[in-house]
Amino acid sequence: MAGTASPEFGGSGRAGRPSVGVLALQGDIAEHVRALESAGAAASAVRRAEELDRVYGLVIPGGESTTIWKLIDIFELAEPLRKRIADGMPVFGSCAGMIMLADRLPDPASGQQTLGGIDMTVRRNAFGRQVDSFEEDLDIAGVEGGPFRAVFIRAPWVEDVGPGVEILATEPGAGRIVAVRQGRALATSFHPELTRDWRIHELFVEMVRDGA
Amino acid sequence: MSVQGSRKRIQSANGPVAEEAPGAELAQKGTSRVKRGMADMLKGGVIMDVVTPEHARIAEDAGAVAVMALERVPADIRAQGGVARMSDPDMIDGIIAAVSIPVMAKCRIGHFAEAQVLQAIGVDYIDESEVLTPADEAHHVDKWGFTVPFVCGATNLGEALRRITEGAAMIRSKGEAGTGNVVEATRHMRSIRGEIRKLAGMSADELFTAAKDLQAPYELVAEVALAGKLPVVLFTAGGIATPADAAMMMQLGADGVFVGSGIFKSGDPAARAAAIVKATTFHDDPDVVAKVSRGLGEPMVGINLDELSPEQRYAGRGW
Repeated sequence: MAGTASPEFGGSGRAGRPSVGVLALQGDIAEHVRALESAGAAASAVRRAEELDRVYGLVIPGGESTTIWKLIDIFELAEPLRKRIADGMPVFGSCAGMIMLADRLPDPASGQQTLGGIDMTVRRNAFGRQVDSFEEDLDIAGVEGGPFRAVFIRAPWVEDVGPGVEILATEPGAGRIVAVRQGRALATSFHPELTRDWRIHELFVEMVRDGA
Repeated sequence: MSVQGSRKRIQSANGPVAEEAPGAELAQKGTSRVKRGMADMLKGGVIMDVVTPEHARIAEDAGAVAVMALERVPADIRAQGGVARMSDPDMIDGIIAAVSIPVMAKCRIGHFAEAQVLQAIGVDYIDESEVLTPADEAHHVDKWGFTVPFVCGATNLGEALRRITEGAAMIRSKGEAGTGNVVEATRHMRSIRGEIRKLAGMSADELFTAAKDLQAPYELVAEVALAGKLPVVLFTAGGIATPADAAMMMQLGADGVFVGSGIFKSGDPAARAAAIVKATTFHDDPDVVAKVSRGLGEPMVGINLDELSPEQRYAGRGW
């Protein structure tokens, strides 16, 4: 465990209702908070390094990856975040969050970087513009109980992964990788927080409980 | 999903049909979840008016979550007069090519053919906007018929709910665009939020009368009363010119901020744009807002609302 993290609010340690943060710089933060609470975590917003010290796991939400990176950089969160991820803090990114967790971007915007954490190349807006955004049923490895309704919004896809990365789902239309896991890092191209299906957040909260 | 999300459209007078049948295995585009979800991704962000690709790059570098492609910012529309229309498709294409963030564009109120053109170009969001000269004085665009999502302005809750009923996937306050004066945006945000709070405290029988008074469908009024918020994202627009303006609007309950003339009519657009982005994220931290408010140069020159005649006010357009 990095720093002096302790569950100060609502949490009952890592095992029960663990404290999980949502990086709250820009994006659909409230939807992830709702999903995490429904999945058995005590969720809180993280905008500062000291707030990061208080959580056992972190969600990086959907939003605009260029904006989120800009704010991470300006408010000096890149190093604290990279350190926690390197130390094994469970982390889950959806859409823009997946981009932030990619080790490589083939087409970054000017000055755009990522936090890294998953050995993968992620192409931004790969599925097209908003008129191409869509939802469909996906089978996801490790998520039991039937297909998952996946909402793709100007979504990225994964172009390649390193040997340590587990592929959890492929989008049938494009034949592209859209959900991956490497150790304690999980990422999806789509937005499980926009449905009322909490199975992916439950999987992540379980990863936080197991992450000692 | 919501009342609107479950509505199935067989045909539409104004555009291609958006498929809404839930449960199908095939990929579905243009669903309410996809349209409203796009607005969710913009929350906590700043959407900036731009008139050139160079402006668009400045906005993206400053951390804008999207840009609104326009031929003239509202302050210039005010100053120059004439009929204000949808922008030239070439001009919008130039901006789409310049940035990777979403690009929005405006159509005139009720001008469904302009909206069809904007969808064909591939803009990410259409603003059916009172800043342009209205094309129809009785009808707004039937937005359910489009794959591309729409944002519409509102001055009060009834207007917001009527726009949502027509298919708007995002609402913004109208404010008074091109004035650099935040007073109307404040009035509209307080009105929308205050009326929602009033609904939330009403009994079932009172909600029927409220729906009649709001001139909005009962099912939608009841949904808002239960949730205590709109079923779509609520941004603010119209007169925001400083980081403190943005912070105030966010504290009044806005999910995010549109800045029109306030950036590129100011002395140092890049610095002001970046400062408004930071103040929007840390709207509840006065130390951050104070820090980013320093050294921004001249703000845009504002207009006092009592200097405008009724016909010079845009917020009265739409109904």
